[in-house]
Amino acid sequence: MSIIKSYEDLKAKRQEILSRRTERQNKTIINVSLATCSIAAGGKAALDAMQDEVAQNGLGNVEFMQSGCMTYCFAEPTVEITLPGKAPVVFGNVDETKARELVTEYVMKGEPVEGIIPVNYERVVL
Amino acid sequence: MAATTTEKKQLRIATRNCGFIDPESIDDYIALRGYEALAKVLTMTSAEVVDLIKRSGLRGRGGGGFPTGVKWGIALGNQSDQKYMVCNADEGDPGAFMDRAVLEGDPHSVVEAMAIGGYAIGATKGAVYIRAEYPLAIKRLRKALDDARSYGLLGTNIFGSGFDFDIEIKFGAGAFVCGEETALIRSMEGERGEPVSKPPFPAQSGYWRKPTIVNNVETFANVPAIILKGADWFSSIGTATSKGTKVFALAGKIVNVGLIEVPMGTTLREVIFDIGGGCPDGKEFKAVQTGGPSGGALAHKDLDVAIDYESLIARKSMMGSGGMVVMDEDDCMVSVAKFFLDFTMDETCGKCTPCRIGSKRLYEILDKITKGRGTKADLTRMKALCENIKDTALCGLGQTMPNPILSTMDTFANEYTAHVEEKKCPAHVCTAMLTFTIDPGRCTGCTLCTKVCPVECISGTKKQPHTIDTTKCIKCGACYDKCKFDSIIKQ
Repeated sequence: MSIIKSYEDLKAKRQEILSRRTERQNKTIINVSLATCSIAAGGKAALDAMQDEVAQNGLGNVEFMQSGCMTYCFAEPTVEITLPGKAPVVFGNVDETKARELVTEYVMKGEPVEGIIPVNYERVVL
Repeated sequence: MAATTTEKKQLRIATRNCGFIDPESIDDYIALRGYEALAKVLTMTSAEVVDLIKRSGLRGRGGGGFPTGVKWGIALGNQSDQKYMVCNADEGDPGAFMDRAVLEGDPHSVVEAMAIGGYAIGATKGAVYIRAEYPLAIKRLRKALDDARSYGLLGTNIFGSGFDFDIEIKFGAGAFVCGEETALIRSMEGERGEPVSKPPFPAQSGYWRKPTIVNNVETFANVPAIILKGADWFSSIGTATSKGTKVFALAGKIVNVGLIEVPMGTTLREVIFDIGGGCPDGKEFKAVQTGGPSGGALAHKDLDVAIDYESLIARKSMMGSGGMVVMDEDDCMVSVAKFFLDFTMDETCGKCTPCRIGSKRLYEILDKITKGRGTKADLTRMKALCENIKDTALCGLGQTMPNPILSTMDTFANEYTAHVEEKKCPAHVCTAMLTFTIDPGRCTGCTLCTKVCPVECISGTKKQPHTIDTTKCIKCGACYDKCKFDSIIKQ
C-alpha cells in the first residue's frame, strides 16, 4: 500500500479507487451483511449458497461483497442486491433456500422475491 | 416480517456506512471521503477544531451527554508533555449493541475521529478500550488500524502536517464498571477496575495521570460527518438542547428488533410503533426501559415524549447508551427492577459501601417482594435506601443503580401494592404468588404434566381430567410449559 503523504495524495487516491470501480455499474452486486448477529443467523451459509448458485449457473457478471450490520436484526440474514442500473433492494430472512431463489429469480430474471425490507431512513453521504 | 412505515423517520449519521461498505476495506471508506475530515482538520488550529465541535452541539453518546467540544476544550487547555484520546468501546449495558454495530460495520469512522480528537486536544496517543466479548469488532478494528498505518494515515507526520498519532487496543475483561471512565482508565493501567472520585476529571488527570479524553464509539462516529458537513448542519438536527441523532437498540417485546438511528426529538410512540412495529402477538404495550441498569421505565403516559437528554431525565429515566427494552402486558415491573438489581449487584466493584452493600440489600427486598413475602414497610425502607445510595455512592454505577426501582415504584405503584398487600402478581410472572389449577373442561388426561411434575402433586386417572394438589405445588411452572391443551391456568 502506498503512503498517502498529503491532502492531494488522498484526493488522488480516492479518484483512483472510484475509477477502478466504474465497471461495477454494469455488474450485479450482492452485498451480504456479516456482523456478529448476521453470522449467527446464518449469513455465511447464505453467502456460500449464493456463490455456489452463481457458479452453477455460470453467471459472470456478479460481484460479492460483505458489509457490517444493516440494522434489521428482526430479519437476519439480510442481503442487499443491486441489479445493473437499478436501486439496491434489501431482502430479509435469507436462508439457504431463499439465497438460491434470490439468484435464480431476482438476479437472473429480475423477478422480486418476497421479504423485501423497505427503505425507511435517510442516509447521510459525505 | 411486519410492515414498517416507509416514511423516512430514520436519519443515519453515526451508522451512515453500516451495511453499505466492507468494514475490512479502507478503500471503501476512502471512496466515501474517508480521512478527508482528518486532512481538513490538520489545516485548522486545535482551538478551531474544538470550537467547531462545540458549535455543533455534539454531546456524549455514552449516556452522560456532556458537551463533547467543552470536554475537548478543557483537555486542550491543560498543559502536559503527553495527553491521551481514549475510545470507550466497553458497551456493558444488557441489550445494547449500537457500538458493536459501528465497530463491526465502519471501524474507520472511529479511527479517523480519534485522530481528529487527538489533534484537537494535543494528544499523539490514543487507545481503544474494547470489551473482549466483541471478537469480530476487535478483528475489524485491528485491520482498520493496520490499514490506516500502511497508508500513513496513522503514525508520524500525517498528511505531511507534522502531526503524529497512533492508537493501541486495550481489552476489557467482563466488568460492567469498566465502562465508567475512571475505572476504565485504571483497567487500562493494569489495575483492578475501580472508579475514583471526580474531580480531578480525566481531562485534567486521567491515563497515567495525564490529560485524557474518554469518548464513546457513537460520539466518535459522528465527528467526521460534523467536520465535513459543518457545525450548522449538525445543530440544525434535533432539539434545542440535544443536537443530531441517537442510535437506539430496540429489544424485548417488539416486532422489529434491531438498531435504529433517529433525530433527537423523535417521539417514543414513533420509535416503538411506527419504526418498531409495536408489540408482537397482539399484546398490549406496557413500558419501555431506557438507559439499561441506570435508567427507568417509561409507560403509556410518556409515549409522546420527544426523546432528548433532558426530557428522559425529567421522566425519571435517562438516555443512557441507547438500549431500549420494550415490555408488554405479560411483564412484571417488579421482576424487571429485580433483574436489573441482580445485574448491578453482580457488577458492583465493591469499593464503596453504599453500592457494595446497598445493591445486595435492594436485591434482597425485591426478591422478598417477588416471592410474596414483602410488606408495605419494605417498600418504604427500599425507597429510603434508594435515595440514600443515589446521594452517597462513589460512581455512576452506584448512583444510578436505584433508578429502575424508583422509576417503576413511581409509574407502576399499583404492581408493587398488589405484590405486598394482595400477594398477587398482576402480570402472572412471579411464580411464588401464582396458583396453578387444571381446567377440567379442557384437560384430556394425557398425563404429560404428571410426568414432569418434580413433586408429583398432579393426580388423576388416564384420559380423565387431572387435579393439582395446591398444598404441595412448588409453582415451578413445568406443567404449564408441558401442557398441549392450554388446560393449566395460572393466576
